[in-house]
Amino acid sequence: MAAGLRLEKTHKHPTLLLAGETLVLDLCGGLWLPEHRTLIVSDLHLEKGSSYAARSGQFLPPYDTRETLACLHEAVVRHDPARVVALGDSFHDARGPERMEPGDRAMVAALQDGRDWVWIAGNHDAAVREGVGGRYAEALTVGGLILRHEPSPQPVPGEIAGHLHPCGKVAMRGRAVRRRCFVTDGSRLVMPAFGAYAGGLNVRDKAIESLFPNGFTAHLLGDGRVFAIGKAQLARD
Amino acid sequence: MAPTGAGKTLAGFLPSLVALSERGPQGLRPKGLHTLYVSPLKALAVDIARNLDAPIAEMELPVRVETRTGDTPAHKRTRQISRPPDILLTTPEQLALLIAHREAAAFFAGLRCVVLDELHALVTSKRGDLLALALARLHRLSPGLAAIGLSATVRQPDELRKYLVPQGPLPPPPSAAEGTLQGGETEGARDDEPSERGREAPRRAAPRARSGLTDGPPSPAADGGIAAPMADLVTVAGGAKADLRMLDLGRALPISGHTAWHSMPAIYDLIRAHRTTLVFVNTRLQAEYTFQELWRLNEDALPIAIHHGSLDVQQRRRVEAAMAAGQLRAIVCTATLDLGIDWGDVDLVVNVGAPKGASRIMQRIGRANHRMDEPSKAYLVPGNRFEMLECQAALDAVEAAAQDTPDARLGALDVLAQHVLGMACADAFDPLDLYDEIVSAVPYAGLTWESFEQVVDYVATGGYALRAYERFAKILRGPDGLWRVRDARTAQAYRMNVGTIVEAARVRVRLGRSLRGKPGTVLPKTGRVLGEIEDEFAETLTVGDTFLFAGETLRFEGLAEDECLVTRAPPGTDPAIPSYAGAKFPLSTFLAERVRALIADPFAWDRLPRQIGEYLLQQRRRSVLPGERDLLVETFPRGKRHYLTAFPFEGRLAHQTLGMLLTRRLERDGLRPLGFAANDYGIAIWTTRDVSERAARDPDFIGDLFAVDMLGDDLEAWLDESAMMKRTFRQCAVIAGLIERHHPGLKKSGRQVTISTDLIYDVLRKHQPDHLLLRAARQDAATGLLDVRRLGMMLERIQGRIIHRSLDRVSPLSVSVMLEIGRERVYGEGADEILAEAEAELLQEALS
Repeated sequence: MAAGLRLEKTHKHPTLLLAGETLVLDLCGGLWLPEHRTLIVSDLHLEKGSSYAARSGQFLPPYDTRETLACLHEAVVRHDPARVVALGDSFHDARGPERMEPGDRAMVAALQDGRDWVWIAGNHDAAVREGVGGRYAEALTVGGLILRHEPSPQPVPGEIAGHLHPCGKVAMRGRAVRRRCFVTDGSRLVMPAFGAYAGGLNVRDKAIESLFPNGFTAHLLGDGRVFAIGKAQLARD
Repeated sequence: MAPTGAGKTLAGFLPSLVALSERGPQGLRPKGLHTLYVSPLKALAVDIARNLDAPIAEMELPVRVETRTGDTPAHKRTRQISRPPDILLTTPEQLALLIAHREAAAFFAGLRCVVLDELHALVTSKRGDLLALALARLHRLSPGLAAIGLSATVRQPDELRKYLVPQGPLPPPPSAAEGTLQGGETEGARDDEPSERGREAPRRAAPRARSGLTDGPPSPAADGGIAAPMADLVTVAGGAKADLRMLDLGRALPISGHTAWHSMPAIYDLIRAHRTTLVFVNTRLQAEYTFQELWRLNEDALPIAIHHGSLDVQQRRRVEAAMAAGQLRAIVCTATLDLGIDWGDVDLVVNVGAPKGASRIMQRIGRANHRMDEPSKAYLVPGNRFEMLECQAALDAVEAAAQDTPDARLGALDVLAQHVLGMACADAFDPLDLYDEIVSAVPYAGLTWESFEQVVDYVATGGYALRAYERFAKILRGPDGLWRVRDARTAQAYRMNVGTIVEAARVRVRLGRSLRGKPGTVLPKTGRVLGEIEDEFAETLTVGDTFLFAGETLRFEGLAEDECLVTRAPPGTDPAIPSYAGAKFPLSTFLAERVRALIADPFAWDRLPRQIGEYLLQQRRRSVLPGERDLLVETFPRGKRHYLTAFPFEGRLAHQTLGMLLTRRLERDGLRPLGFAANDYGIAIWTTRDVSERAARDPDFIGDLFAVDMLGDDLEAWLDESAMMKRTFRQCAVIAGLIERHHPGLKKSGRQVTISTDLIYDVLRKHQPDHLLLRAARQDAATGLLDVRRLGMMLERIQGRIIHRSLDRVSPLSVSVMLEIGRERVYGEGADEILAEAEAELLQEALS
């Protein structure tokens, strides 16, 4: 709202080096590897809304899948990747693909058209093996990077994982801002959740902090660009 | 209708006691519930039961009185259904559950009388909508039912009179279709209701659709000129006139601030000079502050207690008991003690801070000396100069016995959705009959058939354009045209989530113990629970922050397993009470008018303390005093910035909305606004560029800035993005059952709501902006958190009446709102600015 918010284009999608590979942290929450023309998105949680209706009778707006796919579409148009990797928990539950609307299904097919599409197995959708195009893998190696859903408990240089839905909180002058974020210590990286209904876990939670014994930087997805925030500035919940 | 303290509650039961005592001896008379009493407070129902027991025992009446609240054990509830008492005392939420019961038709078939206590307090909220719908059902289940409303004096008694009686013809009771009036038929007979009424229905629907009713407030014209049905009115004239004064310290008050710190010694002296004093304040934080200050002065160690909604229930009950037993000399309390529980021997009421509304202050005064023939004694204690004006306006209003209770509400759609599901849980329903029943309740008299159908569709499958949930429908329409609840689990979920009070998610505050040997180590789980604070408040705390709570200065130690862990701060620590300790209640329109009139009329200043007159004179010399209907706008430079102040006197909520909209406009006009602050009386906006200079070049500039079209696209755009709108949406989503607070078989706290409603809101707004719940949220925003309606009225009022003054420095009036700066969140500050600042700190570290 206030005047004087000047976005520096160079920071909108900042660049990092990890295991010798160049990573672009996209404001949409995806990771772009320009040298491999690969786009990585994690924790899409497609059909989370309909999963609630089926299990608990809460009728959340059934538009989360198309919203998530629309964001993904935007990123795909922008980068025109040769390969898209969905880093696990792409569906909220194993029956998600069955509940998908025909229009959304067509959208997935259109996104996959002409590119290598890899579904990495997650804990929510490990049972999904067919019916939604692309190929399946437990993990994937791209250059010096190893892509898998759950981060390994021991430090693995070059590992890119999801699963934890990291969020960073900055509290200042009586206001708190909480945003999804990438977390990295320069050696490994945990990606933010991409899905419209995916919640978040504070990066100061033990589950995330324990992965980075030597500290970390969180890259928070702001309204206009990505912000690098040091651990010291990140508040606990 | 009677002034507070007139004894109307017991009067309300008299007809029932007479009727019950004239019935034959037990065994011969008809069984079943005779009288239902509904109160807004559980404690009040229990209190009334106690007060009824005495006269009933004395007169040896064969009458059984019972209460039914959230605390009533399950076996007693079951027994109450099978063997109803003569008189049942309960709350609106429990009544909603009762009418949704499978046995409701039989249970209420013999009901003769319903008494609604503190009706003036109930009708202004969504609870009032819920109660109105329940009352419509009661009228239908028991034709000829007498409804009695008990109310403090209100501005528009006719609104309450309409509330009590059906506004249109009611269909026959759902279970009386076969001519059985006792309601004693079996379940099977009820389920097999003839579909005859379903067939005749379309004929009745047609004229309804043509009648042109809109979702607007019901107007007399819509009834074709025929006066709406109303209940009879019995008015009890006021008793002895209240002895009400403003506390005048005889010296200058600060220009800003609400704490009234300067008056604490005087308040303490008043407490000492009286038996029992109630000290009312407007907010929880103010209660904490006042309590702390009084104890600092309390050399006599008088028993002074504190009472507010966030304190632990056990502690509140202890305070209430001590009060009833006459063991306390004073209680510092918030609105939680506004309603009519008789706390015994209060002989003085002190109201600290702005009165905010004339009716509110009269009801508070009525808490002293619960006897009609003796005057209630009360002091108003202003916290600053403006509050002094407001106190004088309130004194004048009380003198004139003028009321400013709010207008009647438009029934909320989220509450209606909850009710429709409840009615399906009670029995299969015919949509046309249910529609007739609902529009007989005055808040819903303007509901269109189309809106009703949308609500039913929402309840069934969520009301989405994308028909994704048909096979999971919560209510289903049978071939007979009747809607039924899907299964027992759905009905159970309904019962677990009934009600309209959506509390902000809260966390418990637990006192930990620091280890003396190891500073910084805190043992959790050892101390007691002090109460609860809003999640949102806890969010803004960082370890080491100190704040006032439960009468102590506490140090925040972190969150552990959903509890907020604190330790006692070392003695002498100044609490850093986080900012917005502002007034919770907006200044009433009526009182605002009186304040404007006071300012405009120098002859009236004689009645004010002398210093206020001097202050106003100074303002007249330096700038101008606006007329009663004018809007004063001042622009001036200060430091490196330029300021614009305006004084609409429309309350903080309306001003915050105004501030947002003006900031957007100034931004578009290239004036680079940086932020704004608002209080109950006015707003201040600061900019980088010179507004005075622009106004000099363009004489229409200020007028255009405040043009009515401000409420158009700008408002829509801003509203949809605002945090307040998201909070409003969350409440609607919870009430309407989109988000269930409690799931059968699962216990979840507010904090663990499975999915963020903000995420849901964003997705829904993008994909179905006209969805029922978004409509419900916007309707709430118009009157609730954002007070858009009031802002609209203000903009209409001031067109052509704006007085602009370009000044070379700040005026006395402007100082008051300038002092809010820094005390409030700066609204011009977006999320990205905060993130950028945190990022800069990282860079600094890297460079140093």
